Parts: sequence; C-alpha cells; structure tokens
Amino acid sequence: MTVQLSKNEERILNDFQRDFPLEPRPYERMAGNLGITEEELLEILGDLKKRNVVSRIGPVVKPQSIGASTLAAMFVPKKRLSKVAEIVSGFDAVNHNYEREHRLNLWFVVTAADGAGVQAVLEKIEEQTGLTVISLPLLTSFHIDLGFELK
Amino acid sequence: MMIDGIDERLLGALADGLPLTPHPYADVGNWLGLSEGQVLSRLRRLVSGGVIKRFGVIVRHRELGYVANAMVVWDIPDQLVSGLAHKAIGFECVTLCYERPRSLPDWPYNLFCMIHGKSRETVLKQIEELNKETGLQYWPSEVLFSGKCFKQKGARYHAAPEIEPESVPELALGVA
Repeated sequence: MTVQLSKNEERILNDFQRDFPLEPRPYERMAGNLGITEEELLEILGDLKKRNVVSRIGPVVKPQSIGASTLAAMFVPKKRLSKVAEIVSGFDAVNHNYEREHRLNLWFVVTAADGAGVQAVLEKIEEQTGLTVISLPLLTSFHIDLGFELK
Repeated sequence: MMIDGIDERLLGALADGLPLTPHPYADVGNWLGLSEGQVLSRLRRLVSGGVIKRFGVIVRHRELGYVANAMVVWDIPDQLVSGLAHKAIGFECVTLCYERPRSLPDWPYNLFCMIHGKSRETVLKQIEELNKETGLQYWPSEVLFSGKCFKQKGARYHAAPEIEPESVPELALGVA
C-alpha cells in the first residue's frame, strides 16, 4: 500500500527530517525554500499527517538522556496476540509496540521518568497479561538517527 | 548536559508534535507559560547538547512502502561489540545500532541493528553483505522481521496530562 507523493511532498519528507527551523515562523521558512506559501505548506503537512505518512514534527530524543526507557519483549501465544498487544498499547508509557516474527513475538518500548517507573509498568503488564516480560535496556547507542532517506 | 523540569515538560508537550500553526513555538510556550523565545532557546540548547538527536519531520516509513523492517541481532563477546558495531554503522542500510544486555536463557543476543527496505529480499541481501564484510557472520545471529504495528507515537517522559493533546499512533526509527 505505497502512497503516491507529489514533488513537494517528497521534498518536505526528505529535506526536513532534521535541522527543522528553530525560529519563530518555521513553516514560513520551509515554504520559502519550496517556493510555496505558508498556508499551502501547512495544508500539505496536515494532509501528510492525515494520510499517516508523517507521524509528527518534533524532537527525537536521545535514549536515556531524559527519563528512563527499555526495549521489552514477550512470548505471547499466537491466539492471544492482539488482545495482549491491546493491553500493552493501553499503557501511556508504551510508545512503540509491534509484532516480530520470532518466539519472542511482541516487542515494545517503555518510557518513564525513572527506572522505577519503567519497572512498575513492566510489572503491571506482567500482572495484567499473566506473561513474562523480558527487559533489554540500552547499554550503548552506536548510531545517530539522521532520519530516513527516501529513495 | 543538564536538563531541568521545564525542559522535560517542554519535551513532553512536543511528544505529539509541533502544532501546524503559523507560530508553533509561541503556541507551545502558551501551554507551558513560556515565551516563544524561551521555547526556542531551550530547544536549541537541547539540540546542541545532544539531548535531541534530531528535530524535524518524523516519517512513518511503512506507509511509504518500506515495509520490510528487520531487527538483526548477534551474540558477540562483550569486548568485541564496540569494534564490530562501528563497522556495522558504516553500512548505509543500518539505521540504528545498539548494544543491549542478554537476558538468558531466553535471549542470548547483545548487538542490535535495524534495517529497513522495500522488500524482504533486498533486506536479506543487505544483511548477508553486512555479515560478510564486517565479520559479523562468525557469531550466532537471528533476523526478526516486524509484523503488525500496534502502536507508534512519541515517547512520554513526564506526566503532564493538562498539556497532552490527543495521542497519535507508528514504527520506528524512533527511540527504542
């Protein structure tokens, strides 16, 4: 289900994944670079969000620099997967939650103000699902996320 | 760098993204009782201090046809992780590379790379190349393709319900 992108949409996605203008009228600046009006740009961005191509405009925070987080995984019996995933997604502290093709088939990221907060969420998930959660907190990040180049 | 409670609230307020309005930083400032200038100078400081890795458009690559997302994991002697990881990140296809602890007996792997592509075949080929050229091929490894995405949104580090707009669901290049 690949979406079709216009030239301007493609440029917006490629050129502004980082170094988004940190100045009072960022959209006006972006629009100027593209040769369109601010109003047109905002409309395109709103549309990209509505079509789910853009998640949001904002910061990607370096892991562990603020608060605490972990990558967690569970073995979920196939039949229970969507139900358990729903329980996990229901926690505000869970941001990414997805299936992977493995015996450990449900993977999610838990973020909280501190380690105790993360632990509390993991325990609640275990309690509510009756399943064991494996926690794999980050030790070292070797890569700076520079965004994603569309080809 | 040092961050304070206001920085945390600011990042919390941006978890769902910058508003699509002509003066978005001023609007975010309004939610928090900060001026536009204060919001901007705090954000610039967080970027230059490395707390914010990047600030910009966050794309859901699945919607763009990058549907093959592999998490490749290896079990490598701890003292070799850093050297091999630095080789791995030289490969364009590797979007994220992390060391994480093992969780024995269920999970023996300690090096994680994320690779995204338009098809499984392409991704598997890239993994094969990565394995061969770095020497990673000599260590036990598994490839975990992602299936259904149940939730994706910005991380919340701080509970500040009065300023949190609607939550947005995606997969990621994000924090993990």
